[in-house]
Amino acid sequence: MEGNGASALLGMADIVKRFPGVVALGGVDLDVRPGEVHCLLGQNGAGKSTLIKVLAGVHQPDEGTISWQGEEVRLTHPQAAMDLGIATIYQELDLVEGLSVAENIYLGHEKSRFGFSQRRASAKAAAGLLKRLGHPEISPSAEVGSLSAAGQQIVSMARALSHDTKLIIMDEPSAVLDAGEVERLFHVIRDLTAEGVAVVYISHRLEEIRTIGDRVTVLKDGKTVATGLPAKETPTSEVIRLMTGRSIEYVFPPRGTVPDAEPLLRVEGLSRRGEFHDVSFTVRPGEVLGLAGLVGAGRSEIVETVFGARKSDAGTVHVGGKRLRPGSVQSAVDAGVGLAPEERKSQALLLGDSVTSNITISSLTRFSRSGYLDRAGERKAAVGQVESLDVRPTGVDREMRTLSGGNQQKVVLARWLLRGCRVLILDEPTRGVDVGARSEIYALVRRLADDGVAVVVVSSEIEEVLGLSDRVLVVGEGSVLHEAPADQLDEHQVLDIIMRGDAA
Amino acid sequence: MSVDESTKPPEPEGGRPSSGEVADPLPGGHHQSTVAAEPPKGSGRAGLLAGSAGRNLGLVIALVILCVVGVITAGDRFASIDNMMTILRLASVIGVVSVGMTFVIGGGGIDLSVGAIVALSSVWATTLATQTLAADFHWILMVFTALAVGAGCGVVNGVLIAYGRIAPFIATLAMLAAARGLAEIIAQRRTQIVTSREFIDFFAGSVVGVPVLVIIFALVAALGWILLNRTTFGRRTLAVGGNPEAARLAGIKVQRQTAYLYVLVGLACGLAAVMLMARTTTGTSTHGGLYELDAIAAVVIGGTLLSGGRATIVGTVLGVLIFTTLTNVFTLNNLDTSTQAVAKGVIIVAAVLLQQRLASRSRT
Repeated sequence: MEGNGASALLGMADIVKRFPGVVALGGVDLDVRPGEVHCLLGQNGAGKSTLIKVLAGVHQPDEGTISWQGEEVRLTHPQAAMDLGIATIYQELDLVEGLSVAENIYLGHEKSRFGFSQRRASAKAAAGLLKRLGHPEISPSAEVGSLSAAGQQIVSMARALSHDTKLIIMDEPSAVLDAGEVERLFHVIRDLTAEGVAVVYISHRLEEIRTIGDRVTVLKDGKTVATGLPAKETPTSEVIRLMTGRSIEYVFPPRGTVPDAEPLLRVEGLSRRGEFHDVSFTVRPGEVLGLAGLVGAGRSEIVETVFGARKSDAGTVHVGGKRLRPGSVQSAVDAGVGLAPEERKSQALLLGDSVTSNITISSLTRFSRSGYLDRAGERKAAVGQVESLDVRPTGVDREMRTLSGGNQQKVVLARWLLRGCRVLILDEPTRGVDVGARSEIYALVRRLADDGVAVVVVSSEIEEVLGLSDRVLVVGEGSVLHEAPADQLDEHQVLDIIMRGDAA
Repeated sequence: MSVDESTKPPEPEGGRPSSGEVADPLPGGHHQSTVAAEPPKGSGRAGLLAGSAGRNLGLVIALVILCVVGVITAGDRFASIDNMMTILRLASVIGVVSVGMTFVIGGGGIDLSVGAIVALSSVWATTLATQTLAADFHWILMVFTALAVGAGCGVVNGVLIAYGRIAPFIATLAMLAAARGLAEIIAQRRTQIVTSREFIDFFAGSVVGVPVLVIIFALVAALGWILLNRTTFGRRTLAVGGNPEAARLAGIKVQRQTAYLYVLVGLACGLAAVMLMARTTTGTSTHGGLYELDAIAAVVIGGTLLSGGRATIVGTVLGVLIFTTLTNVFTLNNLDTSTQAVAKGVIIVAAVLLQQRLASRSRT
């Protein structure tokens, strides 16, 4: 591509980053020029987040070089990146809510004299930055927690500018904004680039990239597949082609025939303010229903509401004809619903406990006689599950945290199998699971369905949803955009539906 | 993101995952893993045991050192049966409270109001009205009163914390102030004498040389151990303390379980009040002063995680014994309570530092 060498502000070449068991980045090239908006595109798991963290100095690459204004640099810690003039605005804003706007902007490099903070000077400087960002209405003395998401984002940007910043990385800044706020954000970005500041802009919304972007780099499976494409001229079909298709082939088990039975799970008109609206679907016993959509589309929120972990505002959930009490996990579990949540470690596992305890935690009453635990029976049941699901290593007394992601996921499944659940909801079942163990999880899901369990699978990996499910719901912006049998959809179509739905 | 061992074994099993046959639980496909199961199973269990036994061993060593110091500095005055029983008798009241506290802390909470609840229970159970009734009926009424008051305070704590979503620190701090205040109001700041001879004879007596108070402590500790380690209640307590969100999504009634824990510690406080009434033959609003700190200290140096999820009754009992023995050795040597307090502080910090070391080692 054109534009490396002297004119480049930032150059990355052949960046490789490995984590235990996973190659997160396997050769990434990126060059950013002063004053441009460089868009980074890629599906979930393509390596965008890791790349940002390398740039921010959070992760150090194992191979490859980073150059800044023509000189090779090493970003050994976040402060090193900041000193060069690289600022990162994360999706999860890293502000201290209890402090004021000005205090947040100058956090870590407070204006002070002899150790006393100069409140007036920093307030004045903060006001200047906010004005420059086109938001003079935000008061430097306001508490950050009281601002809207958009306001907080502006504070984050002001913080970025409070250093002598030459490059700002924005990770999906529009995800929390409404249309008007996005418009104003673009205005700010244009002002910044006019001053020579470069922006690396990450978004799933192709429309935005066309509006604000100059050039595009596409990542797939941790590699750069195209870089420096003109943002406005490259056809959508070309971008989607670059993003999809996978170098690693997953093995999906063959689909069975779904028995023609009454739906076991029936969701009607389910809504939750600000998250999703009027979602309806049914799942029959033996069927795998997939929910495809991007992060933030409302998929996890929908399934957690079905499970009762969140309380619905409207709509009903029936399991086997019995209505579940909204907002009651107990009611769902009693009706035979199980959830393998998205954040396995924080939402499902007792990491310091044994594998046995983790498997039996939802079925304790079965192993107790007037409250006294039958530990031998418990252990036997755990061993049975461990063998049946092929959890490795097989020791049921091991501490949970010593197991790999794939085996931890199997333990969560074992928990619900032991409970004897009829409806199983799997939210991102293969997140943090390496390639080898994925096929096993897929086979397991299919086996459950063949045993008559109604399965709901949520995944941001479209290929996974398509390969695993019998029927697919495409979800975007909190509503169901499309429903079709899985074999009548392909990755391109799904991505197309999502991106169009998102832009609307 | 640990190294994934599951990627390696599939090879000898041929193309299993690629076909639908994974679904088939052939015994032949598993004999291999069953054989391989033995070594990690054994070592895993030994490892876990070694962890907790190792921690307890450390406490036992500390206790032994204290005893050696006691023998050297106070000789026979320390190493007599009488003195041993004195230590155990002194340990029993705070010990019962600490066993209750172990559950609350293991369940991810804290209770600062235990001392105040002990005071209120002791006062309520020794009012003229209660004692008159008890004299007409049976002294057991005083016991029931104390237990009911303790449990009642626990219910208030539990409901405020579990259902009112007030931070345990705050809710029990409020109870600390309120319960002691109420005790003062009821007793009008006077010390109420226990008049029932039978009551005192029963609780302050001995069975074959072992004080009844010590027997009660031993029973409470044993029951506590069973409740924590062998029942669904204990398992749920640790699940709620270790990861409340995971417990909730696993179908555990987290709020109810949390509330129970405060009722349980309240009951323990009621019992402790009975024991204290027998030992001192009084009920007063100054009973149980600083019990909250002593109990928390004993629980924490015992090895229960202050953040919840792991708890040990044996550790708590050892923690209580260490502190009581320390006090005893200091008293025998005529050292003042201020020096004792400094020593206590040092022990707490040393124990917690040691715990953190162990915790970080087990994590890596």
